[in-house]
Amino acid sequence: MTEQAPRNKPSATGGTGIVADERVRPISPLRRALIRPELGAICGTILVFVFFFAIARNSGMFAPEGVMNWGVVAAQFAVIAVGACLLMIAGEFDLSVGSMIGFSGIIIALLSVTWQYPVWFAILVAFAIALAIGALNGYLVIRTGLPSFIVTLAFLYILRGLTIFISISTTRQTIIGGVREVAAGDPLAWLFGGKVLGWLFVWLADIGLIGKFVAGPRAGQPVVDGIPILIVWALVLVAFGHILLTRTRFGNWIFASGGDAQAARYVGVPVDRVKILMFMFSAFCATVFATCQVMEFGSAAADRGLLKEFEAIISVVIGGALLTGGYGSVIGAALGALIFGVVQQGLFFAGVESSLFRVFLGAILLMAVILNTYIRRMITGER
Amino acid sequence: MTNPLIELVDIEKHFGPVIALNGVSISVLPGECHCLLGDNGAGKSTFIKTMSGVHKPTRGRILVEGREVAFASPRDAMQAGIATVYQDLAMIPLMSVTRNFWMGREPIRKIGPLRFFDFQKANAVTMEEMRKMGINLREPDQAVGTLSGGERQTVAIARAVYFGAKVLILDEPTSALGVRQTANVLSTIARVRAKGIGVVFITHNVRHALAVGDRFTVLNRGRTLGTALRGEVKPEELQDMMAGGQELAELEGSLGGTV
Repeated sequence: MTEQAPRNKPSATGGTGIVADERVRPISPLRRALIRPELGAICGTILVFVFFFAIARNSGMFAPEGVMNWGVVAAQFAVIAVGACLLMIAGEFDLSVGSMIGFSGIIIALLSVTWQYPVWFAILVAFAIALAIGALNGYLVIRTGLPSFIVTLAFLYILRGLTIFISISTTRQTIIGGVREVAAGDPLAWLFGGKVLGWLFVWLADIGLIGKFVAGPRAGQPVVDGIPILIVWALVLVAFGHILLTRTRFGNWIFASGGDAQAARYVGVPVDRVKILMFMFSAFCATVFATCQVMEFGSAAADRGLLKEFEAIISVVIGGALLTGGYGSVIGAALGALIFGVVQQGLFFAGVESSLFRVFLGAILLMAVILNTYIRRMITGER
Repeated sequence: MTNPLIELVDIEKHFGPVIALNGVSISVLPGECHCLLGDNGAGKSTFIKTMSGVHKPTRGRILVEGREVAFASPRDAMQAGIATVYQDLAMIPLMSVTRNFWMGREPIRKIGPLRFFDFQKANAVTMEEMRKMGINLREPDQAVGTLSGGERQTVAIARAVYFGAKVLILDEPTSALGVRQTANVLSTIARVRAKGIGVVFITHNVRHALAVGDRFTVLNRGRTLGTALRGEVKPEELQDMMAGGQELAELEGSLGGTV
């Protein structure tokens, strides 16, 4: 029966005859360490810190209040970057993040201030609407088979237009203020506004580790009076996203959906569900951002969140994710957001013209994409 | 004679006005390698997609171990023990071997109410199964992209076998491979067959088919031209049947008989 077989397969008779291909060089540990999505972001973070430590060390950038300053900006980027990161790894984009931020903010302010519903109710409604729009985004992408780039671009305009329309037609203005007043004592609003660990900073000031105000109405209080809740949100979302992606079954499905949706479907991965859920998560992150911003400023404006979708995507790409999906890292995206925050505020501390920030943005984006393409070739062995 | 694992009787499949399959019958016995030969457009792909639950047949019956079934989805077919390894969709190159191996069926380790991917178990099983198939991985989290085309097919086959496939459908596993990698895949087929799994080997290469096949069914223009046993049929005859007995006749002399 099988006597004919060996003639046709001379090299594979031994049990482990296929093993070592002599043309594949063993990979050095260094090279292996290089092949990880976060590499570019880690290098970038180190570079950026060294750079600003060199030129802006005495500007107060690395004093506690300076750290809080760029920390909050980095946290803002990180919150939306986590959503964009998981979605991009699942193989899709969401360009409606920025418009969603403006939309959710106006919903909260409109419901709570103009129509005088309780703030917690306004927040819950905003999240419910945002999740529904995220699901609609995902559903349309799945059902039509169109690129998510186009579908969410449509929602970028639809949501922004609706936001301005709703705001003007109900209040005759595009900014709705007075949220802080109605939010006082609300059972849910504290989760998105204010600061935590205030007692720790009072104690740190008492033992002299951080300074106190010496004059003015806040004399005697520490210069940093707590960690803004937005930073806590950023840390929680990054930890959640990272564990979900790397340590769970669902995380494997995210990689598979973005890596090759058809191959994933053939082995029973619910690709449609994964993608729709990731669109909803992206909308959730945008609404967390919006709610924190509304609580911090005490107002909502129809033009909030402009260009945020691109900043989120750039953070993710700096973090090593591939635009084509299937590969990336939440930690990387968080580092991308950190680089963003440090540079944006650092240029201010260093007294550099702030328009240069955009030049930097474009340059670092280009570098990151080139590096990612190279790393991808190393992983897949493409030429 | 043992009973067939799967039997497809007079399968017809119409796509609108196009009749892709017009009465195809095949059966697969445990431990046999049944080669399905056919030129491009003969209906091979449509037929295996019907077998693996992607398409529903317009007419005809599918029997799994003697019982008539109707697959609603590829998942149904998988649960009935029919696994398909597609030529280009077998693996996701950017993901690790372990992640690919367990894709869709990840082992779970519970910590309190939380459910995590059990990488310890997944890695150990993957390494072991790969070793059985004759591939020594450098490490289980090495990306599939670093493997050769033949090794990727082997990982996909090992995965199907590990998850209890009774019938393994291989869609042109050798068509994009070089000589040595082809030999590796053919020896993997021999290994799988030895476990009592029925293999359906789709190819248009008569040499590859004759190397491992027990029975040969030729498809031409949506019909079966009959099934031949090993030893009963010459390569030239198979070749002729695939081509519909026409155009290749003149070429034979200069090509040495087979293509």
